[in-house]
Parts: sequence; C-alpha cells; structure tokens
Amino acid sequence: MTTVLIAIAALLGLAALFGAVLGYASEKFKVEGDPIVEQIDALLPQTQCGQCGHPGCRPYAEAIAEGEEHNRCPPGGDTTVEALADLLGREVLPLDNEGAEDASVERVAYIREDECIGCTKCIQACPVDAIVGAAKQMHTVIADECTGCDLCVDPCPVDCIDMIERPVTLATWTWDRPAGIGRRPEQRIEVVNL
Amino acid sequence: MSANPSLLQRLLPGTRRAPVHDFPGGVHPAEHKTVSNQTPITPGPRPAQLVLPLNMHLGAPARPVVAVGDQILKGQMLAEPTGAVSAALHAPTSGTVVALGPRPIQHPSGMDALCIVLAPDGEDRWAERRPVADHTRLGPGKLIALLRDAGVAGLGGAGFPTSVKVSLGDHQRVEQLIINAVECEPYITADDRLMRERADEILLGVQILQYLLNPHDTLIGIEDNKPEAIAALRAACAGSDVEIRVVPTKYPSGGEKQLIQLLTGKEVPSGSIPAQCGVVCQNVGTAWAVKRAVHDGEPLLSRITTVTGDAVARPGNYEVWLGTPVADLLHHAGVDKDRLGRLVMGGPMMGFTLHDPSVPVVKTSNCVIAASAEELPEPPPEQACIRCGACAEVCPANLLPQQLYWYAKTDDFERAQHHNLMDCIECGACAYVCPSHIPLVQYYRYAKGEIRTQTAEQIKADRARERFEARQARLEREQAEKEARRRARLEANRKKQEAAADSAPGAGDDKLAALKKEVGQASSAYKAAVKAAKTAEAQEADNAAELRARADSLKAEADRAKAALRDAKAAAPAQPAAAPAESSALADLKKAVGEASSAYKAAVKAAKNAEAEQSDDAAELRARADQLKAEADRLKAELREAKAAQGPAAAPAAPAPPKQDGDTPDSKTTVDKAAVDDDAAAKRQKRLKALKTAYNMAHKQYKEAHAAVERAERAGQDSDEALAAMHAKVEKLKAKADHCRDALDALVEQAKADILAHTGKDLKTLKLDAARAESALRDKADELERRRDTSDADTLETLNSELDALQEHAQLTRLALKTAVEEQGLVEE
Amino acid sequence: MSLINAPSPHTSRHTDTGAVMRQVVYATLPGLAVLVWQFGLGSLLNVLWAVLVALTCEALFLRARGKPVAFYLKDWSAVVTAVLLGLALPSTAPWWLTLIGVGFAIVVAKQLYGGLGMNPFNPAMIGYVLLLISFPVAMTQWVAPGDAPAPADSLALFLGQTPADAFTGATPLDTFRTWAGDAEALAGRDILAGRLAGPGWEAVNLAFLLGGLYLLARRIITWQIPVAFLAGLALPALIAHQVDAARFAGPLFHLFSGGAMLGAFFIATDPVSAATSRLGRFIYALLIGLLIWVIRTFGGYPDAVAFAVLLLNLAAPFIDYYTQPRAYGHRKANKGANP
Ligand code: SF4
Ligand code: SF4
Repeated sequence: MTTVLIAIAALLGLAALFGAVLGYASEKFKVEGDPIVEQIDALLPQTQCGQCGHPGCRPYAEAIAEGEEHNRCPPGGDTTVEALADLLGREVLPLDNEGAEDASVERVAYIREDECIGCTKCIQACPVDAIVGAAKQMHTVIADECTGCDLCVDPCPVDCIDMIERPVTLATWTWDRPAGIGRRPEQRIEVVNL
Repeated sequence: MSANPSLLQRLLPGTRRAPVHDFPGGVHPAEHKTVSNQTPITPGPRPAQLVLPLNMHLGAPARPVVAVGDQILKGQMLAEPTGAVSAALHAPTSGTVVALGPRPIQHPSGMDALCIVLAPDGEDRWAERRPVADHTRLGPGKLIALLRDAGVAGLGGAGFPTSVKVSLGDHQRVEQLIINAVECEPYITADDRLMRERADEILLGVQILQYLLNPHDTLIGIEDNKPEAIAALRAACAGSDVEIRVVPTKYPSGGEKQLIQLLTGKEVPSGSIPAQCGVVCQNVGTAWAVKRAVHDGEPLLSRITTVTGDAVARPGNYEVWLGTPVADLLHHAGVDKDRLGRLVMGGPMMGFTLHDPSVPVVKTSNCVIAASAEELPEPPPEQACIRCGACAEVCPANLLPQQLYWYAKTDDFERAQHHNLMDCIECGACAYVCPSHIPLVQYYRYAKGEIRTQTAEQIKADRARERFEARQARLEREQAEKEARRRARLEANRKKQEAAADSAPGAGDDKLAALKKEVGQASSAYKAAVKAAKTAEAQEADNAAELRARADSLKAEADRAKAALRDAKAAAPAQPAAAPAESSALADLKKAVGEASSAYKAAVKAAKNAEAEQSDDAAELRARADQLKAEADRLKAELREAKAAQGPAAAPAAPAPPKQDGDTPDSKTTVDKAAVDDDAAAKRQKRLKALKTAYNMAHKQYKEAHAAVERAERAGQDSDEALAAMHAKVEKLKAKADHCRDALDALVEQAKADILAHTGKDLKTLKLDAARAESALRDKADELERRRDTSDADTLETLNSELDALQEHAQLTRLALKTAVEEQGLVEE
Repeated sequence: MSLINAPSPHTSRHTDTGAVMRQVVYATLPGLAVLVWQFGLGSLLNVLWAVLVALTCEALFLRARGKPVAFYLKDWSAVVTAVLLGLALPSTAPWWLTLIGVGFAIVVAKQLYGGLGMNPFNPAMIGYVLLLISFPVAMTQWVAPGDAPAPADSLALFLGQTPADAFTGATPLDTFRTWAGDAEALAGRDILAGRLAGPGWEAVNLAFLLGGLYLLARRIITWQIPVAFLAGLALPALIAHQVDAARFAGPLFHLFSGGAMLGAFFIATDPVSAATSRLGRFIYALLIGLLIWVIRTFGGYPDAVAFAVLLLNLAAPFIDYYTQPRAYGHRKANKGANP
C-alpha cells in the first residue's frame, strides 16, 4: 500500500514540478510576435483588389482576425489559403473565387493611350496610385507598381484599359523545375540554321 | 583557415614561397584539353553579319549610339555604357549597321534581346586609335574611364565590367590581386594558349591592374596541367613582383571563391564580394584585354574562343570577332553536322546548351563545344536519391547538396535557404558525381529563381501596401481639407452677407440669398409632394389626386421663386462672386508653398543628419532635398504669378456674366448664346491657323539653322566670325519662333478663357462633364440590366426614365463640349 | 538536325546507383563463400531465395503504386536488402522465415515508406528484428562452425524439415555471455579458442572485412562509418577487458564475432538510413558500435547489430540536425533544419 502511495506522491510531485518549469519557461521565453492582424496582412498578396469584399488587404486581414473565412482572396490563391490556415490553425478551405480568373498568371493594366480621354476615373479607382496622368491628358500605368487588381478597368468610360499578361523578360526568366524521378532532364531541340 | 600568407611573408621576409591551401571537395573530370591546345591561335571566321547584343556583360545593357544605315569604322563605339555597372560596345570591324532589333542571344533561356547587327564591308578600316604608352601618366581616374569606354569586361565567366572591379572605395585596400589563369573546366584551352603565346602582353596588363589597385601581392594562380603556359608566364614575369602559384588540378579551383581560398586561405564572407576581404580577382584574358585597351588603344573587339568537340574537324583556339554567330565559327572549324549531338557554350560543367547556332560569340564566350552524341551522351533518367553523400563529399562550398535537393524538390525554400542554397556556386560537381543522375544544379537553379521571384513579389507587395496606405491617408486628408474649406467659405459668405446687410449696396446680395433659399425650399417641397403623390398613386390611395394637385401648385410656386431669383440676379452685379473663389485659390497656393518649403526644410535637416552620421543615403536625401526646393520655388513663382494675375484676371471675367442675363443656367442655352460670337470665333480660327503656320515655319528654320551651325562647328572649317554670325542668326530665328509660339499660346489661352466665360466652365470641366455624364449613363444602364429580372415594374419604370434623362444629359454635355471647342477654333488636330 | 538541350553539367562520372549496389553485392561474396564453407549451403540457398522474394515483392508493389517496375528494379536496391538479410539469417533458416523477413522488409520497411531513398530504417534490419522477435528459437540456431551439414541436409533444413541429427550449437557470443565471469569455464570452451575470436566466425568476419575493404577501395563507401563503428565497438571492449578480462571479452573477440564486420561495412553504411554529413556519419557509427558493445555485454540478446542500427537510424535526423558542415563563407555551421 505504501509503495502505491509513494508512487502516486512521486508522480504528483513530478507533475507539479514540470508544470512549474514549463509555466516559467513559457513566460520567460515568450515569443514576441506581431499582432495577428499584421501577420495576416503580411501573408496577403497586397493586390488591394477588393475581391474579398473589403476595401483593401488590410481591412480583410482585420476581418479574418475577427473570424471571417480565410479563403476569399483570389489573387493569393490556394497557397495563401494554406499559409493563412497554417498561421491561424484553421482548416484549409477551398478557394472561394467565384469563378474569378486564374490567379497564377500575373497581369498588369495597360491603357491604350490614343483612346484615353483623360477623365481621371481610373486614377481615382487605383488603390495603389499606380496610374499617372492629369485631367485631359492621357494616362499611363506605372507597370512596376500595378498590382493587377483590375479595379481601373470598369470605371473607364471609353474602355481603353486592358489587363495584359506580364511578359517574361530576361530579368524575370527563371529555370524550370526538373521533370523528376524517372524522367530525363533534357529535351531535344530542332536546329535548322546550321 | 590557416594564417594569412601575406602576413606570414611579412613576418618572415626570406620565405617567398607561400603554401598553396586547399578547398574541400572537388572533382577530376576527364580533361579533353589536348583536343584543342595543340595548335596556335588562328584568326576566326569573317562572317557576313555580326550580331552584337547590348548586354554582353553583367549589368545594365549599353545604349546604342548608332542608327541603322550608319557607316562604322573598326573600333568605333556602337553603344555607350549606361549606369554604374556597364560597359561600352564597339564595332569589331568596319561596315554598316543593318539592323537594331531582337536576336537570340547567349542565354540559357534561348530568349531574344536587343542587338546591333553589323554587316562588315571587308575592308577592316580602323577608326582612330589613341594608344597610351605610359599609363601612369594618365592617372587612375582617366584610366578607369578608358577601360569603361573600351568595353573591357571579365572574359572569364560572368563578364563583370572591369572598370567597376578596379574602382576602389576610399578606404579600400587590396592585399592580393589574383590573376585567374586556372582554367579548370575540361575542354577549354583559350587561356592556356593565350598564356603560351602572349605572356608578355598579359604581364603588361597585370601591371596596369597593379597600378590601379596597388595590391600588396600579385598572384597568378594556374593549374599544374599547363606546364607550357607556366613556363611562358615564368619567363615573362621574371624580375617582376608578380608571383606565379601553381595549384593542383582539381575542378573547380578556377571558381573565384575557390581560387581565393586556394591562394590565400581566405574565405569570401557569404553574400559579399572578394574586395571585402581585400582581394580582387581578374581573369588572364581580361588582363590581356586591359593591355590592348591601354597600350594599343584597341577596345575589346575580339576574344580567344576554344572550339572543340568530336564534331569539328579543326578543333583549336580562334581569335573571334565579338558578334560572330556560333554557326559561322563552327563552319570555320569544319563542323560535321551529322555527328553533332550537343552544342554547348562554355565548359561542360557550367556551360549551357545553345538553342540556336545563330547565337553570337560575346565577351564571355570562352568555349564552344560541338560534341557528338557519344561524347556527351544524353543523361540517363533521374533516379531516387540514395543519400549516398557523394555530392556532399565533392561540394567545394561545403554544402549538403542532398538536403538542398530535397528541399528544392519539395518547394521548401525557407529550409533550402537555411541550408545555404544561396552559397551554391552552381559548379555542378555534385551532379557530376551523383550516381542517381539527379540534375541537382538544375534543382538549385529552379529554387534560386523561385526564391528571387518570391522576394521580388514580397517587396512589391510591401510597396503596394505602403502605397495603398499612403493613398488612404491622402484621401482622408483631402476630405478633411475639403470640409475645412467648405466651412471657411460658408463662414466667409455669412460674414459678407452680414456686412452687405449693413451697407446699402449690399442689399441686393442679401435679397439674392434669400431668394435662393426660397427657390431651394420651394423646389424641394415640390419634389417631396411629387413623391408622395407617386406613392399614393402606387398604393391607389384616395388622396392621390389631391396630392397631385398640391404638387402642381407647389411647382408653380417654385417656378415663380426661380423666376424671381433670375430677375434678381440680373439686377445684381455679378462681380463679387468671383473674388472669393479667386482668393481661395490663392490661399490654397499659399498653403502649398508653405507645405513645400517646410518639407524642403525637413529634408535638408534629414540630409544633414545623415551626413553627420555618414550614412549611405545621405546623397540620396540631399538630392531629394534639392528636388523639394525646386518644387517649393516653383510653387512660390506660381503664387507670385497668381497674385499678379488676380487683378487683371478678374477683369476679363467681368464682361461675361452680363451676357448671361435672363438665361436659365442650363448648358443647352450656351449653344444659342454662342452663336452671337460666331463671327469672332471664325476670325480667331483664321488667326490661329495663320499663327500656327508661322510658328511651324519659324521653328523649322531655327532647327535647320541650328543643325547647320553644329555641323559647321564639328567640321571646324569656318572662321570664328562666320560661326558667330551663324549663331546670331540661329538666335534670331529662335526668338522669332518663340514669339510665334507665345502669340499662339496666348490666343489659345484666350479661347479657353472665352469658353470659360461663355459657359461658366473651362475646357477641362467641360470634358470632364462629358465623360462623367457618359459613365453615369453607363452605370445606370448596367443597373437597369441587373435589375431587369428582379425588380418590379415601377422601379424599372423609374430607372428607365432616369436613364432617359441621363442620356439626354450626356448628349447635352457632349454637344456643349463640341460646340465650345469648335466655336473657339480650337479644333483638335 | 536535333540537338540535346540539357542543364549543366553536361558530363558525369558515369556512375550509376545500380552499379553501386551491384558492387555491394559483389563485395559480400567472400563472406558468403566462407559462410557456406563453415555452415553449409543453407546461407546460399537463403540468399538466392531472399533475392527472388525481394524482387517479386518489389515488382508487385511498384505495380500497385503505379510506378515503372523495370526502371526501379534496375537500381538493385531490393537485391542488396535481400542479400544482406539472407546473410544475417542463420544458415539453418527455413524458407518461410526468409519469406516473411524479406517480404516485410521490402513491403513495409521500404515500399510503404515511399520506396528507395524514403525509408527511415534499414529494411534488412527491420526484417531481421521482426524475425528475431517473432521466432527467437529459429533465429538463434546456428550450426557449430566447421561442422557444416551436407548439401542434402541443408536443403532439407531450408525446406523446413528437421533432418536426422540436430545441427545446432551455440555461437561464440552466446557462449561467452553464458559463462562470462567464470574464467575457467571460458578457457575450456573450444568455440572460443580461435586466433582472433571463435573459430569459423573469425573467418566469416575476416571475409566480410575483405569485402568491406574492397568497397572502400572502390570508394563505394567512405571510411567514417566502418572506422567509427569498429572503434565504437573495440574501445569500450578494450577498456573493460583491461578491468576484468574474465567478465568482459577483448576487442578482437568483439570485432570478429557475430555480425560485427557485416554490420560495419555493409549494414551501417546503408546511406539511405544513415546520417548525412561526414561528422554526422562518424558519430552515428560510433554510437552504433558502442550500443552493440553495451547490448552484447549487458543486454538480453547475444548479438545486437540490428537493434543498434535501428536505434541509431531513429537518431540519424537528430544527429544531422547538429552536425551540418560549416559552409564556405560562413563563420559558424548551421544548426537545425529550420530557419
Ligand atoms: S550524390 Fe545523388 S544520390 Fe547521392 S546523396 Fe547526392 S543527390 Fe543523393
Ligand atoms: S553545384 Fe552547388 S551544391 Fe553542387 S557541388 Fe557545386 S557548390 Fe556544391
């Protein structure tokens, strides 16, 4: 009987001790993280397109922090949903993009400048001030700043804004992923001019 | 790491031979060097076209300074360097520029880039050369500029502009200048032959580099598999302070970092450049090019390229003009098309396969391998990694390639980076030994590319966030300002009214205001009544008829009020209304000036602080401060002008309002009204046309004269007096053109002012109105479309009528715009 | 004309995983020969049977997983697993024992983990331990060395019949364990009276050592694992032997008894389940050796290569975690797999 009691006492003692140590450690080595909204905002693509139903990425981050679904960001795609689920410890939900365009292709707005009437409406619509131009002067898009949100397309009274795919340049080109196990890494190329 | 050898040498002056260190890993691939190093260097082909990419070097592409059709002499600059890291481009022979456009270039992607295409004329006529016999006379600054203008870039691998590498920062000391003569890749023998045949020239180049860098030691690192080259260099360097260090043959001892480790025992810290540990590395070929550029005045026009492989009949080293298409080079070396299986530019370990043999030889092309299918066979399929560790054994950077592979394959880039993926030099040693034939380097390149893209995206996202937030803040501020201004205006009006009420002449104003209020009240009462009536009708209420009647009577009342107001307006002098607007614009301007100058002051302060702390961005801040100052000055000038203009500006506006007497303030009437001025408009249009022609002519004359003067100056044949006379003439023509331009501008301005006067709106507003009306119309149409299925008949009815109204409005605005423009003779070309 | 478009490097050492694995199989041949010479044909039969079973299981499972069968069989890894397990089994093992062991090794310990390169444990040792725990009697029956059964008897044993004489005898390790501490009794045992260790067993171990040296010479394996393994086993044995020679066997005895050489050169060197870096491998093998000595000396089983290897397989990621090499240009080595 005493052995049992001693065993129980020992276990309890150990439990108390470890509990105390863990508690102390969690206080002492607490990770000072960004507030959750910052962290969420950092994962969102900052396209500011409003497709999530919020005026910009940060408001959506706030909404997520308050419990809104984390799968409403079409430009972020599934990767963002996964990252958010990971951060928030929520389930990975299928992307809720309501048939929006494929987010994997990067797009950029392009103004057909000879058709532009200089109405400044697109300037007002652009969430990141990526369109320059003054009233009655033609406008143009700063391609580097454009997030491809296409918010400027609708307001244009003369429909002179197109969303075009961002072309690959020598600067943005990257090597392909190798084909994988069981495949040869090379292809054949036809050469005619030799 | 063992002790720094230069330190050791300093301590023990007798020991001149410092030990050669070692680097981890490395492989010993079959060399195949004798295929091409048995014959002397011979001239390359003389192709029908030279294709010269603007980015032969690392850094910003050069900017063309020639046009299609230009006749070019050998050595003439075709494109000038742009930005800090860039190199010039020259014509390798005389000929004609036949095209300037995209061509396939030396890039593993097989993509095109901008090239200058030169058709040689076969005469090989030199432009003027300016050899510098004694480079010490020139001084470092001019020497560096000379190298930059001569287009000298690293001939070894990356093509880094030499002028940048030899420009030292203020506090930079070079302990070792290392000349890389290792040439560790199999097959390549270009440097080997160069050293055997031109060791003297190389030494002269090295001495120029020594002069520029003033190193403590100068070391030439060379592999022990080139005994002839070692002997030649030894002979050339005898008596100089250049030391030749023979290193054992092992790939990749020619890698910059590995060679530094071999010769000095130092490691270049991760993420930095050799200069940071007191070492500058240059290729032997580059040293030779430096000598040619300085002592012979020849820019970099050609290079030694090894052509080798089983599929060429005459493998060897050729002195090839830059821009020579690989296809020409291969034909020159006797290529056997049927045997050719793989075409590699560069060495077999780090080179890339060519997609297209029309790719040109550029500054970095040290080798072209035309291999048969047996020589470099198709790689077998990738197998599973068995974690054998062979790759880790040979990695010169001491990485764990198998882990990197694992992380790259699973897209776990964070872990890959943690395992120092970015320190991989892509030497290919790991893939060379991998028994599972995993294209490891390809995995790393893929991962690196992906990481770079992600970083770029992250930066972009951050910037987008910043811009978004800045915009948000700006919108809020603007809103607040608008509100404040509105309130101020209200206040001012009230005050004025009070003042006007006090003084007799102001009574009219007071009455006007009262009338306006009345009109407003009446019309809103009417609208409310109409609405009530409509609802009642919809509900088939009894009192609908009654309500209608009431609405009608209210309308009559409102009309009456409006008429009264109109009369009152006609009676009242319109001028006072203009003044507040004017002065509020002035106030805005003043405020802007204030803001700008305080921003400028803040910027100056920040710049000063930065300078005091010697932080890097001081220069940037300064520049920004200057910019702000310019802005502030501009605003001030504007303010001054506005102030000056205020008096007179009010005057021309004054006559306009009376013309509007009796008109309803409806844009439709402008059209009728404007007809009165038909005559004047026609006149103005005529004058406008005349002025335009005059201006055009004057301008053309001026341009021609200017060009003539310039030509004369360049030719330098005319006497000074003649030139002066020509200059005077040019000036006169310019003045005339300017005068015309001014007159024209004034006329246009006047026309615009007239539009403003006629319609109460300036051209800008008119255009805006038109666009706005248009889009409101579109929105409405959209709404109608959307609601068509869901809404009841009544809403649709209202929507329809609203749409009609909008349509009318849009038409009117468009018409107004058109008329306004036409009648003022401002028809846009 | 069509040219090859391939990423660099464009040349390779022309080694091949299949070739590497084949070399391993060849290197086991001297050991196998000595086993047959000392213990009868049973070992050879078992090895051949194991290879057959392994290839069949591998092929079936690759089919089931929808992978190209021929492509994966060419890597010879299943053959190596089978050969090693076949060599580790007693020469008297009946066919079903081998079938169970090899089947489990290939199907569960390898394919279910995702095939070659993905298995955290050495498959051969998993199979061995499964058998050892499930059929302890069959797994510890060894013939007395030099007293090899006739081929017909070996075949009978392999087919599961018990022939007229019982061939079983204790191994040297067993014997030493039983009589440890009793110097006189130990001295009287023939089975312990070899030059290096027990007769017969020392020959087997020498043969595996020979094969191992071949692998080292061919650079199929690196020195770290065998050297550390043997050092980890010999050093504590040496120290303990100095303290009490009657209770603790000497280093030579340990090195040339049981599966020591097979373990050091063929089993612990399995790259897939070992630690990765050079230092990591050294520590890994050192600990295996040490553990073997501990289990042999204090544990309940006479030999311990399988247990020690599996335990250290378990620890390999942890060892990797702390033994990454210092990369060029970095002051310190990384620790851990996470940023
Ligand atoms: S050499 Fe190949 S198989 Fe071996 S560990 Fe490296 S990647 Fe894996
Ligand atoms: S390619 Fe990278 S990982 Fe492979 S051996 Fe070279 S440096 Fe190491």
